[in-house]
Amino acid sequence: MADPAHNAQPSPVDGQTRRDFLLYATSAVGAVGTGIALWPFVHSMNPAADTLALSTTDVDISIIQPGQSVTVVWQGKPVFVRHRLPEEIDDAGKTAMADLRDPQKDTDRAQKPEWLVLIGVCTHLGCVPLGQKPADPKGEFNGWFCPCHGSHYDTSGRIRKGPAPTNLPVPPYKFTSDTAIRIG
Amino acid sequence: MSGFKSDNKVVNWIEDRLPIFSMMQHSAIDYPTPRNLNYWWNFGSLAAVMLIIMILTGLFLAMNYSSHTSLAFDSVERIMRDVNYGWLLRYLHANGASMFFILVYIHIFRGLYYGSYKAPREILWFIGIAIYLAMMATGFMGYVLPWGQMSFWGATVITNLFSAFPVVGDYIVTLLWGGFAVDNPTLNRFFALHFLLPFVIVGLVVLHVWALHSVKSNNPLGIDMKGAQDSIPFHPYYTIKDLYGIGVFLMFYMAFVFWAPNFFGEPDNYIPANPMVTPAHIVPEWYYLPFYAILRAFTMDIWFIPAKLQGVVAMFAAILILFALPWLDTSKVRSAKFRPLYRQFFWLFFANCMVLGYVGGKPAEGVLIVVGQLCTAYYFAHFLVIMPLLGWFEKPKPLPASISQPVVKAAALGLMILVGLAGFSGNAQAAGGAMPPFKQPEGGFSWEGVFGKHDQASLRRGWQVFHDVCSACHSMKLVAYRNLADLGFTEDEIKAIAAEKEVRDGPNDEGEMFMRPARPADRIVPPFANDKAAMAANGGALPPDLSLMNKARPKGPYYVYSLFLGYEDAPPEGVTIPDGKFFNHYFPGNAISMPGVIADDVVTYADGTKATKEQIAKDVVTFLNWAAEPELDTRKSMGLKVMLFLAVLTAMLYALKRQIWKDVH
Repeated sequence: MADPAHNAQPSPVDGQTRRDFLLYATSAVGAVGTGIALWPFVHSMNPAADTLALSTTDVDISIIQPGQSVTVVWQGKPVFVRHRLPEEIDDAGKTAMADLRDPQKDTDRAQKPEWLVLIGVCTHLGCVPLGQKPADPKGEFNGWFCPCHGSHYDTSGRIRKGPAPTNLPVPPYKFTSDTAIRIG
Repeated sequence: MSGFKSDNKVVNWIEDRLPIFSMMQHSAIDYPTPRNLNYWWNFGSLAAVMLIIMILTGLFLAMNYSSHTSLAFDSVERIMRDVNYGWLLRYLHANGASMFFILVYIHIFRGLYYGSYKAPREILWFIGIAIYLAMMATGFMGYVLPWGQMSFWGATVITNLFSAFPVVGDYIVTLLWGGFAVDNPTLNRFFALHFLLPFVIVGLVVLHVWALHSVKSNNPLGIDMKGAQDSIPFHPYYTIKDLYGIGVFLMFYMAFVFWAPNFFGEPDNYIPANPMVTPAHIVPEWYYLPFYAILRAFTMDIWFIPAKLQGVVAMFAAILILFALPWLDTSKVRSAKFRPLYRQFFWLFFANCMVLGYVGGKPAEGVLIVVGQLCTAYYFAHFLVIMPLLGWFEKPKPLPASISQPVVKAAALGLMILVGLAGFSGNAQAAGGAMPPFKQPEGGFSWEGVFGKHDQASLRRGWQVFHDVCSACHSMKLVAYRNLADLGFTEDEIKAIAAEKEVRDGPNDEGEMFMRPARPADRIVPPFANDKAAMAANGGALPPDLSLMNKARPKGPYYVYSLFLGYEDAPPEGVTIPDGKFFNHYFPGNAISMPGVIADDVVTYADGTKATKEQIAKDVVTFLNWAAEPELDTRKSMGLKVMLFLAVLTAMLYALKRQIWKDVH
């Protein structure tokens, strides 16, 4: 890079240096500006304010009998609300942590043991697992079974077998009364 | 593809299979360009940059737009209010359309002045006209998409142009509409075509540049390059000059986007389309105005040719005649610099176009009709009489021997833009009506000026008046309760405000619809179930929705402020007002259905401010302005940062340009 013959001529080198400096500085400023200008375009694709504001769904749980499940919509996704039977709670509670791919205690997943609330989207590639209706296959662990790629979830919605990496997530929710919950 | 060599093996490997690097070298770096181009030659590259900005902003807007008549208007307002930076994208796009036309008009007039359409550049010129035609079609269909009043009636008027043609006219119009009036099928196809045409323009631009590079650029002297001493390589000389031009242009463009985003728009387009009511004075976008004036210049049937057909034919001919220009101009000399007579006529023609634009923006009445007719006659005479004759009568000045001989200085950039804006602006004035000048609040509104923002205290007082008084009759459907956070309300306060009203929801598990308290995510609940109910409760008059009121009337804030304070207890002598109406100085026609509710102490302000009627009017107008332009504060503060950045960048580009060009000058 260094060229001694070039350095021997002071005036063009001076001009050259100033021009190079200006060129690099201007290019840098221009590049930063262009980069920042792209952000509004990218960010416009993120959820808009009205989409973010639609955040809660109320569910009346008084009509759900033990052993029954309902599916409600929350933020455009299916949410499973299951009124669990004592034996299902029992099963979920005594599972050894070592048997779980994504270890989590059942008591950490259900605020009240008889009510399990899950986002019904398989953590593998987004299909809705079967198991809500009485006639549905519930998989080898009596919870849910995703027909797309064969993931099995247990009665606490935890992944037990198949390609899914994590448990069915529990959405934020609270009991607004004994017979109603608000999701979100 | 001469002399391309690289040390890079990958580059050579690609080059052997696809000669893309030598093509770039040939057309963007080595391309021999006349050394004497002035700043008027910047506008071609500027237009190309503008096209890219339009396609980019348009693409991201399309991701959030709904092309259905029942959704289009609200989806545009959702872009303005809820989509992240949606207001920025839309204002860039809407003002970008006007910028694009300003740039292209300057580009066209530059070609006319310097004779750039003459041999051997005729095909280059033809492609340019094709681009211009495609731009006009694209701009028109884009303006229809927001589905406001001007969108709808613009679409109706322009599509009806085709009905002027005998026999086939009505079939063509029905075909364009896909129905019996401008309606949902029309909007859908316009959206599809508006998305397609810009890419057609890109294709035409490629042809335009290809043609340019084979015949080479014209220059201010209009004489051919005769050898190496007349040309310089495109890079770095014109790349840097173009970049500097882009910097200056972006500052001009951004000034509109951030401080006067609706300067080129019509207030009526913030009123949703209503196929039953035509606005009092409809005008097309400013860039069509000269042709609109030509369309209206024909008012008498001649023999069997109806005036309507004459106008339509003349309007199309006014553009198509540009195709014949290379042959209508019989002079051998290109540049007006050496054509003393043509130079005068060029400016006359330019002024004539400006007057046509002015006439096109005004109602067709009185002396303007005759002015429009004379200017139309002159427009065609320029091409059909003056241009052919000038070549015979004019004695051109001697041409210089070569480009490198004289020194050419840049012309005063911006003059033409200023003249253009002066000629076309202010076309939004409503027709007729002796209305006193609008009242101004003492001290002005807080958001006026470069730095002005909405005054928080005034906003909250204005909300209180809206909540206690206005909202009894008026809806504000585009604003949600959650938006009140802008006014400084806490989440709990907003929940409480929302819960005052009930909204219909459902169906529940029994299949029944039910009422529930409104939530922050709901839009402000209107006082009436629907427009019919609102009219029935208000003596047959519909209280307008207030979401966009300040943007939907010319000089909106001053209009609304004046309206509040413009009531008289009794109409002046000689004026009769129908029963159930009230006299107001500022309402068009003076008979308004809304009683003068804004009076001293109609509310008691929570913050203790004295509630004079002037104070109340000012507060309500401030609140309405926030409702119409919730992004205003963000917009202005972002604008300052953008301008500061562009000023630094442009200064650096200018310094770099001086460095690069110092050996050429």
